[in-house]
Amino acid sequence: MSELVLTIAFYILALLTISSALGVVFCRNIVHSALCLVVTFIGVAGIYFTLQADYLALTQILVYGGAVSVLIVFAVMLIQRGTIKQTNLFSRHIITAGVIAIAMLIVIVRILLLQQWTLSTRSVPEETITGIAKLMLTRYAISFEITAVLLLVAMIAAIVIGKEVKESK
Amino acid sequence: MITLTHYLILSAILFCIGLFGALSKKNAVAILLCIELMLNAVNINLVAFSRYLTPAEFDGHVFAIFIIVVAAAEVALALAIIIAIFRQRNTSVVANLHWLKW
Amino acid sequence: MIEIVWLIPFLPLIAFVLITFLVGKNRMVSALTAILAMAGSLIISVGLAVQVMSFGITMEHPREFAIKWLQLPGLYLEMGVLIDPLTVIMLLVVTLISLLVFIYSVGYMAHDPGFSRYFSYLALFTFSMLGLVIANNYFQMFVFWELVGLSSYLLIGFWYQKNSASAANKKAFITNRVADFGFLLGIIILFLYFGTFNCGQLAGAIGASADLNFLTLAGVLVFIGPVGKSGQFPLHVWLPDAMEGPTPVSALIHAATMVAAGVYLIARGYILFASSAETLQIIAVIGGWTAFFAASIALVQQDMKRILAYSTLSQLGYMVMAMGVGSMTAGMFHLTTHAFFKALLFLGAGSAIHALHEQNIMKMGGLYKHMKITTYTMLIAALAIAGVPPLAGFWSKDEILTAAFTHGNYNLFILALVTAFMTAFYMFRMVFLAFYGERRGEGSHIPHESPLIMTIPLMILAFFSIVSGFIGLPFLENGFSTWVYFHEPHHTVVNWGIMLSSVGVGLLGIYLAWLMYYQKSISAAKVAQTFPGIYKLLYNKYYIDEIYSWLFEHIVLKLAAAFNWTDRHLVDGMAHAIADGTRLIGRKLRLAQTGNLQTYALVLFAAVVLLILLAGSPVLGGVR
Repeated sequence: MSELVLTIAFYILALLTISSALGVVFCRNIVHSALCLVVTFIGVAGIYFTLQADYLALTQILVYGGAVSVLIVFAVMLIQRGTIKQTNLFSRHIITAGVIAIAMLIVIVRILLLQQWTLSTRSVPEETITGIAKLMLTRYAISFEITAVLLLVAMIAAIVIGKEVKESK
Repeated sequence: MITLTHYLILSAILFCIGLFGALSKKNAVAILLCIELMLNAVNINLVAFSRYLTPAEFDGHVFAIFIIVVAAAEVALALAIIIAIFRQRNTSVVANLHWLKW
Repeated sequence: MIEIVWLIPFLPLIAFVLITFLVGKNRMVSALTAILAMAGSLIISVGLAVQVMSFGITMEHPREFAIKWLQLPGLYLEMGVLIDPLTVIMLLVVTLISLLVFIYSVGYMAHDPGFSRYFSYLALFTFSMLGLVIANNYFQMFVFWELVGLSSYLLIGFWYQKNSASAANKKAFITNRVADFGFLLGIIILFLYFGTFNCGQLAGAIGASADLNFLTLAGVLVFIGPVGKSGQFPLHVWLPDAMEGPTPVSALIHAATMVAAGVYLIARGYILFASSAETLQIIAVIGGWTAFFAASIALVQQDMKRILAYSTLSQLGYMVMAMGVGSMTAGMFHLTTHAFFKALLFLGAGSAIHALHEQNIMKMGGLYKHMKITTYTMLIAALAIAGVPPLAGFWSKDEILTAAFTHGNYNLFILALVTAFMTAFYMFRMVFLAFYGERRGEGSHIPHESPLIMTIPLMILAFFSIVSGFIGLPFLENGFSTWVYFHEPHHTVVNWGIMLSSVGVGLLGIYLAWLMYYQKSISAAKVAQTFPGIYKLLYNKYYIDEIYSWLFEHIVLKLAAAFNWTDRHLVDGMAHAIADGTRLIGRKLRLAQTGNLQTYALVLFAAVVLLILLAGSPVLGGVR
């Protein structure tokens, strides 16, 4: 039963994610693109749920769907002047890029299909968060700390760069 | 029966859509959005591998969390830069930002 | 003395260096330096001659000294000295006549602003000539051959402000260059075939070789050198124009010594020419024809120096012909005697020209009243060249005629006899017109005899014109022919018939000239009118210069233009094409730097895809 549910859920979520991803790319309006991106994030979070990565899914919704999306919308609002309708057009590289993207896709898919994975038969523990926390603070402790520093630096940098430069008299 | 391959194909599709967008959009912010797409695709990949190959270990998850963090920081910075450029040059069309040439 | 033979050319070289760099400002010191150097060389040469005779150095056993100049695998160049009677006779002739010319020049060039420069060039010339004479290998000889040509160029164009002089010296140099090319080819193929430049070694190798075709080829090529240097037909064209230089230069270089260098070369390398009958035949024919041809032109020329120039060409033809019919001795003998009387003729002419400032004999005349010494010495010289015994010219010319006759070249013998007639005629025509009769031409000033410094050399030369024949008297036990010879010392045969015919022909020529130009009983103008075609041909030197100009313009210049075009458009074109191509590629490639990061990213991902395809093709099973 749960197999079936899982399968259906996966396909619905996959469909959602892919269509909103397509929406990000093909919308003419930048705000529409940004909103489609939010839907994509939520779709991805759903995928995480199907993968039984509960903590990660929540983090995804919080960070991406919450902070990053708002940030993007803010930026869009700050940048765009004039009419918002035709702000997200394709450049003249569309054909080349299309070819490359499709080529990439075909190559990757082909390799994937040929590959034999040695799948493990163990089951996923109930709580993922204890495992993640244990790893974070022991094996990946340094990376953890550095990431914290990185965030600080990024914040300061963003503030400095984004500041308005006043004309000094 | 959803196997690893399904997730991987999904992530590949997402990645290529993001790639297509990053290479062919005019607006700088749009390119950024597509980069986010790519990063998410990678995340799905990581988590899928972790789930199917080593379910008891959570290295993939940790890696994914780090990626989310870095992506967030990067978006913030990138947008700050775009805003700064926009203030200077009054354009956010990438093709107009062409001073890296001969 | 033998050990310091190398000093003989070195003294003039030192004089040249001193005059050019040190004492050039002071005219008298420059002249003195040159004269002293020459006197020193003369003394050493005389001493050398005495030693050669007393030590018994002969043509078969010469003395040789050499030092290594350059040694590479396959190439050995040396600088050396070869002493045998041939060298000695040349040294004596060159040093003596050079000294006399130097002394004469002090008087002749006294008013010329380029006095010191003149003597430095003369010193350079004597250095080159003496170096050529004592060389023991053909490479060194060639070096000095070129140097002699250079000195000739410098001296012909001495008054370079005159267009005619600078044209003449270019003509001389270029004509000689053509000849030198042949000469160089000849010695190079000899070197490649036999492996050496050394005269003695080559002589041995040639004597032992039986490859007639090669030897003929080498002989003809080497002979081209003397054709140019000694003014044989067809490369004779530079010698008459070379009269643009000062008269003492003409006397020294273009009469007595430099032009004799070609004859000397034939003598030195005689074994090469003698090894092939065809080569000898070519040499004889060219020599005989030149003698006749030049004498015929001299019959109608009016410029005194030109007459003498053509006379030189003719006498050189005699020498070359003598070598060609097989008698090296006769050629060298005539070279020796000719040097004296031809130098005398030129210096005497210089004396007359100096007095009258006029070179056209039609405008001269009556000089015998005022310039006794010049007139009498010129008369002696004219008698000598006409072949009147017992003066020098008779003995040497007779030996040539005898050699031609006894070796069976009857055609050349007849030709030479006719030429002897013409020689006597034109020479006395010149003497009678220039020195006797009444004074023609403008200018009322009385010509006076030249100063002593000019007449003493004339007298010395007159003395030698009389006695220099005696060394080769056919009646002698140990005459010239036992000293300078090829193969073996021989005694000259006495052929009374030939002697009488040559004397007769000479006297006939003198008589005819006397009738036409002294007595005026036969009018020269009438004779010219009777044969207008021949007269025009002779007067215009057979139009050879015009033919050469035409050939040059239409062939050489056209060829040069073709090469120029090829060089400009093909060779340079290729270079330009490469440069332009590179620039074009650069221009096109530059467009890849768009400055647009998206483009760069595009390229990057395209490359990634390609790389995956390439690297993963075994896995992908040849997809795409």
